[in-house]
Amino acid sequence: MSEISERGYSNPGALVSTQWVADHLSDAGIRIVESNEDPLVYPSGHITGAVDIDWAADLNDPLRRDYLDRSGFEALMSRSGIANDTTVVLYGDRNNWWATYALWVFGLFGHTNAKIMDGGRIKWDAEGRPTTTDVPSYAATNYSAGERDDATTRAFRDDVMKHLGGKLIDVRSPAEYSGERLHMENFPNEGALRGGHIPGAANVPWASAVDPSDGTFKSAVELREIYETGAGLSPNNDVITYCRIGERSSHTWFALTNLLGYGKVRNYDGSWTEWGNSVGVPIER
Amino acid sequence: MITSPRTPDGPGVPEALEKLMTELDSLDRTERGQMLIELSREFEEVSPEVAARPFPEDHRVLRCESEAYVWALEREDGTLEYQFAVENPQGVSARAMAAILQQTVSGETPEKIAAIPSDIAIRIFGGSLTMGKGEGLMGIVAAVSRAAKNRLERTDAG
Repeated sequence: MSEISERGYSNPGALVSTQWVADHLSDAGIRIVESNEDPLVYPSGHITGAVDIDWAADLNDPLRRDYLDRSGFEALMSRSGIANDTTVVLYGDRNNWWATYALWVFGLFGHTNAKIMDGGRIKWDAEGRPTTTDVPSYAATNYSAGERDDATTRAFRDDVMKHLGGKLIDVRSPAEYSGERLHMENFPNEGALRGGHIPGAANVPWASAVDPSDGTFKSAVELREIYETGAGLSPNNDVITYCRIGERSSHTWFALTNLLGYGKVRNYDGSWTEWGNSVGVPIER
Repeated sequence: MITSPRTPDGPGVPEALEKLMTELDSLDRTERGQMLIELSREFEEVSPEVAARPFPEDHRVLRCESEAYVWALEREDGTLEYQFAVENPQGVSARAMAAILQQTVSGETPEKIAAIPSDIAIRIFGGSLTMGKGEGLMGIVAAVSRAAKNRLERTDAG
């Protein structure tokens, strides 16, 4: 894959290469954050200086299906050694599903100074770069967050209902989209009673956005071909993305907003585990 | 805590597995994670004499995101030996689960293995498992016990 700066992204600074991360390990203004699907991956070895932010334990409310609140986010940032002006670089397993999910959650609280390490953890490992099991300790910061903004980049079920007829991108596999399967092949069924998709949604599997050889994002030209020529989007569209629980769709949300410069994209984190269980909502197959 | 089913008529969980789970029960979250990582490093992939890539789909574990495979081999004494593959290079939890079963279930009778409940995965990994992760790990245990049940059915039929 070409250099990030040569791929024509609207915001090339949203992505950094593995080499860039290797060159900035000692930069005090940067905090590297690993976010994984498997909670044992970080303690088994991680990039030197990286802190672990777990999508379930750290970013979600422990009781309700929702995210942490402002005070919870401030506490998380503080104990992670992240100040308001810290540049956060996220990476993780599963082609950065959870890294982009974390970046999206950070954005709900206004921390937009965040980047994704292109290719994620598997690329770092494949390049033979070093990892450590030493867990770093950083001085607590006095982080001040705004109230969580659930309106700009997040969509709830009622928002989706109002959006029917608008642009919706279902990033699940074709079999999930068609209703043939209730979950990704060989992945667990996280409890949907009905199969299919939200009426009018176009199916663009999340993996369309990455080069399968190394997990890096495709160029802007290639992404436009997929999302604009293929799925009929344009940068001024109001778009909602969704998947199963909101992690894969955060990956597509990142591609549309940060790499193609779309101005209004919301991630429906309730996704199919909410829609496919809701009474009375329309479903298309 | 999930307790092992022990009834006068039931064989219960194999002793080595119960012992390991009891040890894990006594650990805090960090210690438990470290022990599971150490176990994952003891994972031994299926021997080439048993299977080679691409591994057959009928040995693939359902619901496991880390693309795990299970083989049950019958020993001369009637006990079973289990071998595994985990294709996801970052599937640390899946390799830990497989290593635990390799070490504690191999050498047991099909009757005993068939009775292992799949939700021991939740006891092994602790209550903080997400739904998806728990389903995948329980899928590995279920594949192991299902192989033993299949063996018993063939014996009954034969």
